[in-house]
Amino acid sequence: MDVLLSIITGLLYAVGFYLLLHKGMTKMIIGIMALGYASNLFIFIVARLTRGIPALIKAGESTVSGEYADPIPQALVLTAIVIGFGIQAFAIVLLRQVYLNTGTANMDDLNITDKLEN
Amino acid sequence: MGTNQVIIASVLLVPLIAAIANLFFWGQSKLQRILGSVFVLVHLFVSVLLLRHIINHEFLVLNVGGWLHGYGIMLAVDSLSAGMIVLTSFLSVLSWFYSSKWFKAKKVAYLFNVVFFTLQLGLIGAFMSADLFNLYVWFEVMLVSSFVLLTLGGRRFQLEGAIKYVAINVFSSTIFLAGVGMIYGLTGTVNMAAAGLSLDGISNQTLPMVAAVFFLVSFGIKAAIFPLFFWLPASYHTPPIGISSLLVALMTKVGIYTLIRFFTIIFPLEGTMLKTVFMVLSGLTMVVGVFGAAAQTDFRRILSFHIVSQIGYMLMGLAIGTPLAIAGALFFILHNVLVKTNLFFISGLVGHVAGTYNLKKLGGVFGAFPIIALVFAVSAFSLTGVPPLTGFWSKFMLAKAGFVSGDWAIVVVSLFVSMITLFSMTKIWNQVFWKLLPEGTVFKQKSFREVLNKYPVMLGVIGVLTLAIIGVSFFPANFIEFAEKAAGYVVERSAYINHVLNL
Repeated sequence: MDVLLSIITGLLYAVGFYLLLHKGMTKMIIGIMALGYASNLFIFIVARLTRGIPALIKAGESTVSGEYADPIPQALVLTAIVIGFGIQAFAIVLLRQVYLNTGTANMDDLNITDKLEN
Repeated sequence: MGTNQVIIASVLLVPLIAAIANLFFWGQSKLQRILGSVFVLVHLFVSVLLLRHIINHEFLVLNVGGWLHGYGIMLAVDSLSAGMIVLTSFLSVLSWFYSSKWFKAKKVAYLFNVVFFTLQLGLIGAFMSADLFNLYVWFEVMLVSSFVLLTLGGRRFQLEGAIKYVAINVFSSTIFLAGVGMIYGLTGTVNMAAAGLSLDGISNQTLPMVAAVFFLVSFGIKAAIFPLFFWLPASYHTPPIGISSLLVALMTKVGIYTLIRFFTIIFPLEGTMLKTVFMVLSGLTMVVGVFGAAAQTDFRRILSFHIVSQIGYMLMGLAIGTPLAIAGALFFILHNVLVKTNLFFISGLVGHVAGTYNLKKLGGVFGAFPIIALVFAVSAFSLTGVPPLTGFWSKFMLAKAGFVSGDWAIVVVSLFVSMITLFSMTKIWNQVFWKLLPEGTVFKQKSFREVLNKYPVMLGVIGVLTLAIIGVSFFPANFIEFAEKAAGYVVERSAYINHVLNL
């Protein structure tokens, strides 16, 4: 399972970076999303995967006994998902505004700010 | 909860309450302005209280949610954090009043009055956080606010600048998160102090080094160091100047602040190959930034490239790594925030009066408004490091530290860059202030009195900032002493670790 998830994470990073560098705006958004998934999965995996042992304290005991799934990375990933969602929403609105304003969805045309004279 | 905890919490809560309050008064621009003015001043007051407390007691820690030390989210304030917080607060007050007359469109003004405070909240949070993941969250608060500020008004080149800014920052956040994940996987904690301690005990330093490089890239993008700075001159000059100056003054400094924190507490630079990397990067950042500026013909873009160049000096302090060098870098941050913001404020005023930022179309400001030219000259001289202005003291500290530790190559580079900076400032001086007004450009106000009547608050803010620069220039002792104390704690990381973990 670890190996499979690691490969998927790597692929998601690769896809994300490739699409982020793409000149099409829609692809950029998909790239941003893929990168978000990749980093969430990454945190999840590096914190070690445990299966079927939730970190619940059994009735009558005061601490968790034996091995259990680490809840912290899950909390971190949850937070990261929410933040990522916000960023993606903003990016989509921004790209829509850019498209409406400039009439192009091609990044290569958006170079006004890099010209020496403007 | 003692009064100490109330102080540390209130520094965070004031901007939060201000943002929420201004949200409730959506549609009442006047009321928002008045509320906002009260809140920025209150924030400056509590920040100064915090600084006073830190000067007396050195350290302040708050366990959010009452967890044990090192387990829950922790906020920790040492001299470095407190200094940055007061600086942020001071600059926020000035930017707030400077941007008072900026927005003609109503809706934009309402939004600005809210997002201004969420940006401040994110900045203060980032300066306080002692927890890696919490730091990430504050970074995002700050970034989303800056996205909104950059696009406020929605003009074409603003949107274009924002796209680049958003894309590179998404990349930076991704790398940061991966770094946090690696640190958690290696040490089982996201507390900075605890992670620093556990990483010391790992014999194979390969993986920690990878994580360190992740953080270097991520914060390098935020701080705009070479070769990750291209977004800065492409986006920072696009929004209205009140917003630009706020971002300029503070956003890149957060990057430098986190670099200093990370590479002293979690990954001490001494004896690693990263020290050389930092040295080379700082040299290249200085040189490329200053040459980039030399090629520009837009007032704001020249200043934007200079930010990059000056980030190099701060990085140089961190790379040399002795207490004196870090103190020099910290004093440089103070100097740079004051001077750079003032230059941006002045460029905004000139841009308003003349209606353009293009050097070719500008001219004759010295003839028409000698006082503005004088104020610019003070700031420009300070930027280049002419004694006895602030730039001189900070560059002197850095150069001395470099010679003492034997890193003379980087000192030579930095002094060379100072000379090119002088060239850039002379160019602005010649083109904007000295040469005759070209045909086709007309000043909207004819005399200084008219400018004063039209923009009294803006001139007042520039005046206050200029006085602050002159004040720090002639009485640097207290500031240098404070910087040295803060640097001492930063280099001697055990104090921070012991306080945060309550060892």
